[in-house]
Amino acid sequence: MKIGTPRELWPGEARVALTPESALQLQKLGHDCVVETGAGLGAGISDDAYRAAGVSVAADGGALFAGADVIVKVRPPTDAEVARLSGGKTLISFFYPAQNAELLARAQETGANVIAMDMVPRISRAQKMDALSSMANIAGYRAVIEAGNNFGRFFTGQVTAAGKVPPARVLVIGAGVAGLAATGVAVSLGAQAYAFDVRPEVAEQIESMGAEFVYLDFAGGQQDGAATGGYAAPSSPEFREKQLTRFRELAPQMDIVITTALIPGREAPKLWLADMVAAMKPGSVVIDLAAERGGNCDLTAADERVVTDNGVVIIGYTDFPSRMAAQSSTLYANNIRHMLADLTPGKDGVIVHNMEDDVIRGATVAFEGGITYPPPPPKVAAIAAQKPREKPREPTPAEKRAQETAAFKAQTRSQVALLAIGTALLLLVGAYAPPAFMSHFIVFVLACFIGFQVIWNVSHSLHTPLMAVTNAISGIVLLGALLQTGSENGLVTVLAAISVLIATVNIVGGFLVTRRMLAMFQKS
Amino acid sequence: MTIGIISAAYIAAVVLFILSLGGLSGQESAKRAVWYGIVGMALAVIATVLGPGIGNWFVVALMIAGGAVLGAYVASRVQMTEMPQLVAALHSFVGLAAVFIGFNAHIEAVDVAGLDEAARTTLTGFAAILAHKTPVELSIMKVEVFLGVFIGAVTFTGSVVAFGKLAGKLDGKAKKLPGGHGLNAAAALLSLVLLVLYVNGAGAWTLALMTLAAFFIGYHLIMGIGGADMPVVVSMLNSYSGWAAAAIGFTLGNDLLIVTGALVGSSGAILSYMMCKAMNRSFVSVILGGFGATAGPQMEISGEQVAIDIDGVAAALKDADSIIIVPGYGMAVAQAQGAVSELTRKLRADGKTVRFAIHPVAGRLPGHMNVLLAEAKVPYDIVLEMDEINHDFPNTDVVIVIGSNDIVNPAAQDDPNSPISGMPVLEVWKARQVFVSKRGQGTGYSGIENPLFYKENTRMFYGDAKDSVGKLLPVLA
Repeated sequence: MKIGTPRELWPGEARVALTPESALQLQKLGHDCVVETGAGLGAGISDDAYRAAGVSVAADGGALFAGADVIVKVRPPTDAEVARLSGGKTLISFFYPAQNAELLARAQETGANVIAMDMVPRISRAQKMDALSSMANIAGYRAVIEAGNNFGRFFTGQVTAAGKVPPARVLVIGAGVAGLAATGVAVSLGAQAYAFDVRPEVAEQIESMGAEFVYLDFAGGQQDGAATGGYAAPSSPEFREKQLTRFRELAPQMDIVITTALIPGREAPKLWLADMVAAMKPGSVVIDLAAERGGNCDLTAADERVVTDNGVVIIGYTDFPSRMAAQSSTLYANNIRHMLADLTPGKDGVIVHNMEDDVIRGATVAFEGGITYPPPPPKVAAIAAQKPREKPREPTPAEKRAQETAAFKAQTRSQVALLAIGTALLLLVGAYAPPAFMSHFIVFVLACFIGFQVIWNVSHSLHTPLMAVTNAISGIVLLGALLQTGSENGLVTVLAAISVLIATVNIVGGFLVTRRMLAMFQKS
Repeated sequence: MTIGIISAAYIAAVVLFILSLGGLSGQESAKRAVWYGIVGMALAVIATVLGPGIGNWFVVALMIAGGAVLGAYVASRVQMTEMPQLVAALHSFVGLAAVFIGFNAHIEAVDVAGLDEAARTTLTGFAAILAHKTPVELSIMKVEVFLGVFIGAVTFTGSVVAFGKLAGKLDGKAKKLPGGHGLNAAAALLSLVLLVLYVNGAGAWTLALMTLAAFFIGYHLIMGIGGADMPVVVSMLNSYSGWAAAAIGFTLGNDLLIVTGALVGSSGAILSYMMCKAMNRSFVSVILGGFGATAGPQMEISGEQVAIDIDGVAAALKDADSIIIVPGYGMAVAQAQGAVSELTRKLRADGKTVRFAIHPVAGRLPGHMNVLLAEAKVPYDIVLEMDEINHDFPNTDVVIVIGSNDIVNPAAQDDPNSPISGMPVLEVWKARQVFVSKRGQGTGYSGIENPLFYKENTRMFYGDAKDSVGKLLPVLA
């Protein structure tokens, strides 16, 4: 099959869906690659670099669309590009079918298959083609760099001869892929990073990046991200209020705020309100990664850098990945390449559009003239659902006392019952057994009792020495054997002699090995 | 020596034995405790030898000397990893001695019964005691002899099988003859019938037949118990050897034997109980062997085992501040305790907190791991038991699991259908990172998949534990 990559038409878009490296890999799958002239310039890839990798260069978009069976690109297609599709062709790009229903309908009319890279399901197997994550990672990284560029001070705290510099305080709202990436970069630049997310289970991830998780004291408001495929879901009004109160507390202390909160298929929630911006120190920076979807900050203007009256810089760029085009092209091209590898199971250059496959089915939004969006839920759950953890309820003092009394009573009852049964048994034995036996029996019972009392105190680590010692002293049967050696019966003497021998082995061996073991226990 | 002095010596011996067991509550007092035991034993033996009724001095001296030399030789040569075998072997001796002594008592009783009144008064020693017994006392003595021989015989074959399994001479898997526990029950029933016959005057053949039946029970019972349940088996046999001694004490009318046997018996019983509790299984289910039926299908495990190489482990260890090492039977098998100790020393020298977490049933003997680590000179104050350390795992950077499996299996808590569900386990998966040193991708003794190996924060460090840890040492320097 021929894989074609057109030049991105979106203004300012510098990424490209094919790199020379990914082209080499695609060729190994049996595909031919073609690229529109100048497509890679924004990412620093010349036509010659493509040619060197065996990619043919088409003179314009028309020729490219006509010649290619599979079109791979970054941004959703323009109307003109859709018009160039036809039945039997496959388009792979970001598509956002939820927002672009009209575009999807038009693509469907052409009869082409459309695979939306933003619809790749979030399951482990599909991670290698999860372009949203790879782009979000870059956006998070770039957000911190952009913030640093607009922030007039160090990230890291320093004590220098010229004076002391406090570290910058960075708050990241929304600990998805972008948020975590931003947190990590901020921490590694030396800032004091804080991160917030409505999903309490990410606290661990945040802390693992070296940042502090901002806890909300809110009962019942915790949501389990697993139910929504790892994404955040809208929160209740009470929870939102609580959250905003917490942000208001934090606003004056923060130098840099990076907001990344997005809910799939909705406008971005407003989390950093005007009054919070007003409370921030002059020179502080707000980076709104949700600007494209309306922004998390009240004052965000998409694709613009706004400076407020109190000197806070608010950045609402929507093209963070594109601002690192070389990096994002590499990763995106790899995502595309993995998608094509899944579409080419035979590695023979033949595309098999297997609609039974969870990943391919999930990402396909138009197939052979029909719309296949939204996809059915995947067969494998993306993330194991967290089990509801029941908090053990603290019993009230009264309940506790009642419990203790009940336990005490039960214990007393069972002890008394045992004693009664024991006494009855003893009486029974005593009624029939001769006195000589009873006197031995008393000794036996008392010894068992002492044994139970003493052994419970033996330290766990000394159980092996305990076994060796008890072993040695159970060699006390030696005495029995000794008493029998005086017999006049020859067989008795022989058996007794053997018993003496083996019992002695037991005693000596047991004690010596215990001593050896105990000598090894040393304090540090 | 008079009876009075002998009794005094016996009382002293009993007190010393109790002090000896009580002294094991701490590492330091234990060193003194073992001396109490030795002195007590010496007192008892000397008093008995010098007392009335002992003949054949030469044989006695020879046998004691021979036994002492043999015992000392074995004790000085045994490897610490071979402790379970040694303990099992020693139990079998007690069992066998009990069987012989029981036989002797029977033979003497028959001899004495054949004598006339005049001859009886001239008897000495054990025979004299027998001669003075009333008919009721004689019947009771027969029961005692019978019990002593029975318990001794079960202990003997049971310990021999346990020794074979622990020493690897027998297959460690649970095996049963067709008929299973029915056979054991039949043998036990037969013994009971024989007991009734014996007490009612049937001859020596009942005793002999019962001994064979008991030998079979001991053999078959322990054959049916698998490797990981060995701590329970060994402590159970320990208990039996005590009860055998107590039964012999009743036969011979010797209180010292009764007391000591009862001490040992209850000690073993408590240890068995502790081990069973640590595995959340009832004593009966361990003895009957095998795991109970499960209520439903076990949880599916998703994910894959991710391997890691030496450099990866070394890097993680260098970054870690707190480290917990969880040793298991695999460490004993690989003889890795020396390498582990060296690793501990190195990490501690770098200022890291290193601790050991010991599960009560780790290894094949109660307290097995503690002894191995002590042998390798790991200070005992950093070796902690499960309850002391379990809540520390969430604050731990790295956990190294060396040769343990079931005792770190999260399924015990998460999966109600798991055969080991409810067993207390070390919660290693709560640590930031877990390395599992393991020979290969197999399941543990119980044959249960371990979801720990598939967790995201778990890395598998394949290879022989000793080699792996040994190779790690130079990389860490």
